[in-house]
Amino acid sequence: MSSQAQPLGGPALGKVSKWILWLGIVGVVLILWRFGVGLGRSTGLNDGYPWGLWIAFDVVTGTALGCGGFAMALLVYIFNKGKYHPLVRPAILTSALGYSLAGLAIAIDVGKPWFIWRIPLGGFPDMGKYNWNSALLEVALCVMAYVIVLWIELSPAFFEKWKDSPKEGLANFSKKAYGIVNKLLIWIIALGVLLPTMHQSSLGSLMLLSGPRLHGLWNTPLLPLLFLMSCIVMGYAVVVMEAALSSRFFGRPSHKTMLADIGKVAAYISWAYLVIRFVELALRGRLGLMFQFNVYSLMFWIEIVCFAVPAVMLMSAQKRQDLGHLFRAAMLLIVAGTLYRFDTYLVAFMPGENFSYFPTVPEMFVTIGIVAIEILLYVALVTVFPILAGRPTTAEAH
Amino acid sequence: MAFDRRSLLKGMAGASAAAVASASPVKAARERKTVPEDARGMLYDTTLCIGCKACVRACKEANNLPADTSTPGMENFDAPTDLNEYTKNIIKLYREGDRRSYVKRQCMQCVDPACVGACMIGAFRKEKYGVITWDKDRCIGCRYCQMACPFNIPKFEWSSINPDIVKCEYCRQREGDKQWEPACCEVCPREAVIAGTYEELLTEARRRLETYPDRYEPKIYGEKDLGGTQVLYLSHVPFEKLGFEFDSEEPVPELQQTIQHGVYQGFIAPAALYAMLGVVMWRNRKKSGLPEEGGEA
Ligand code: SF4
Ligand code: SF4
Ligand code: SF4
Repeated sequence: MSSQAQPLGGPALGKVSKWILWLGIVGVVLILWRFGVGLGRSTGLNDGYPWGLWIAFDVVTGTALGCGGFAMALLVYIFNKGKYHPLVRPAILTSALGYSLAGLAIAIDVGKPWFIWRIPLGGFPDMGKYNWNSALLEVALCVMAYVIVLWIELSPAFFEKWKDSPKEGLANFSKKAYGIVNKLLIWIIALGVLLPTMHQSSLGSLMLLSGPRLHGLWNTPLLPLLFLMSCIVMGYAVVVMEAALSSRFFGRPSHKTMLADIGKVAAYISWAYLVIRFVELALRGRLGLMFQFNVYSLMFWIEIVCFAVPAVMLMSAQKRQDLGHLFRAAMLLIVAGTLYRFDTYLVAFMPGENFSYFPTVPEMFVTIGIVAIEILLYVALVTVFPILAGRPTTAEAH
Repeated sequence: MAFDRRSLLKGMAGASAAAVASASPVKAARERKTVPEDARGMLYDTTLCIGCKACVRACKEANNLPADTSTPGMENFDAPTDLNEYTKNIIKLYREGDRRSYVKRQCMQCVDPACVGACMIGAFRKEKYGVITWDKDRCIGCRYCQMACPFNIPKFEWSSINPDIVKCEYCRQREGDKQWEPACCEVCPREAVIAGTYEELLTEARRRLETYPDRYEPKIYGEKDLGGTQVLYLSHVPFEKLGFEFDSEEPVPELQQTIQHGVYQGFIAPAALYAMLGVVMWRNRKKSGLPEEGGEA
């Protein structure tokens, strides 16, 4: 079973709507403007809410949505489910884009992005002084490394295309590189599992440092575990969503049976997540917080329902065969994981009554712009490179 | 290959092994920190403060901070409403009926500071005299210190395109002076805020509490709170009214670092996980006879 992936063909951006292109352009312009005027004028951030939409969505949620590659690598390689292969390459692409753009978002959000290179060096000129206590340092280093790992994981898709290139140098290089990457692939994939395990859980531990100011429904020593589990669920949900969408828009096979199995795994992990969350709250005597009928308990229940409903939906083996049903459940899981991250990073964070935060319009358009850029790049890459699996079939298209 | 329950459970167990390890707090990995021997600090006494704000002005001068004219209606005055990018020290008023009290806010010089725990490459450090310093050359502007500090002290230069963190550093620029004393303590006409070694200040605070038990709340804030701070407070109104709302002696970084250290001790767990992942995959590939497959992962 060698690669069955094929490019869609046609002009790179022939398949995207002009709207998405415009949203991307607006985003880029606003990003430049943000650097011109500073964060105070361009965002709703303040000394009480130093982290806002860009961190909560673009970085924390964005990387979790980019966990498709991680989640699929877990399934396919480690648990030896060889049959998921056709779904893996697109999942890796989404991850590579998700993480790269999360990196871009970080560069937009921090005050001095021109010093980011000092992080891997541990400072400069006074080098090597890492603060290993900092969960954020671990996240930063892991994410940097993982972006590279993801593009290497995806690189065979490029080499496959380039090795038939009429340019001889490129063709030769691609053939050689293809061989090298293939040899090292196991170890690269192992990194592709290790790094997200580390930084996705650390994205949870990170908020433990806000402990005294974090609402009791979210503040738990299990934050790292809950973040890890929910990112895997989100990863699977994204794989399902993506397969459903590309079968619809590009007429590619949807691999329904595989998606059904993935849905099942996502459901099991969701149940485990829910059980852990409630048991932990019960053990710490915090169940009462759920029934205080304030904004916190309300958000908590919305979040829980968004996890529980798809978890129930995905339990029926028969309904799992229905692509529409799978797609709806996956969307709910994505909402659930997103809410969990927004709640932990923004809603549950309580800097005091004097402070409030709501993203400004430009702030939102930067986020929208980044998503648009992601879609543009995705479509361009699957059009040009062999990433989506199989020949177009109409039989299975949704 | 059917996707049976057993293999699923096995898979999930393996997947979450590392995570479970990471989440079970390996207690006792971290010792409580104590006040450094050379620690210096401040003692602020609400019963003495008359709210003249001489310290606010002195702080601005000593630290070359611009006036904050951003308060609506007060554009002609330096009238900060809170600590901010122009203000490292502030006097606030608490009022409820006839009960009132001033309170001075600045960095608490924590014994086990959350800001230091947060900062990636150590722009925040606990240095000589236990003073918490900030280093311009090591800051990326990520603002994790702001997320972490339970007292809401580090401020960010929101209006700048090359923003720094602004925070009281106990006037460390005056360290070379013969009579090194923070500007705010030096100017206070009522000695409502005084500087000294931590030991001196603690003894003095205890003496006041003992001598005038009916004047104060029976507590020295900062002696133990959140792991202890080198700035101590005495108050005639309950401390939570002054914005000291956390009733805990656990240092903020304790839980997070206990977990972090448990998992990353000597980097053994990640290395082991990595080796395990590689071996499992290598065996799988051999067993299932999966062809070497570029890019399908
Ligand atoms: S008060 Fe805040 S900024 Fe000052 S040392 Fe403590 S944690 Fe750091
Ligand atoms: S903003 Fe600067 S000082 Fe604060 S945590 Fe980030 S790098 Fe450290
Ligand atoms: S010690 Fe110095 S910087 Fe800190 S509040 Fe006093 S005058 Fe301001």
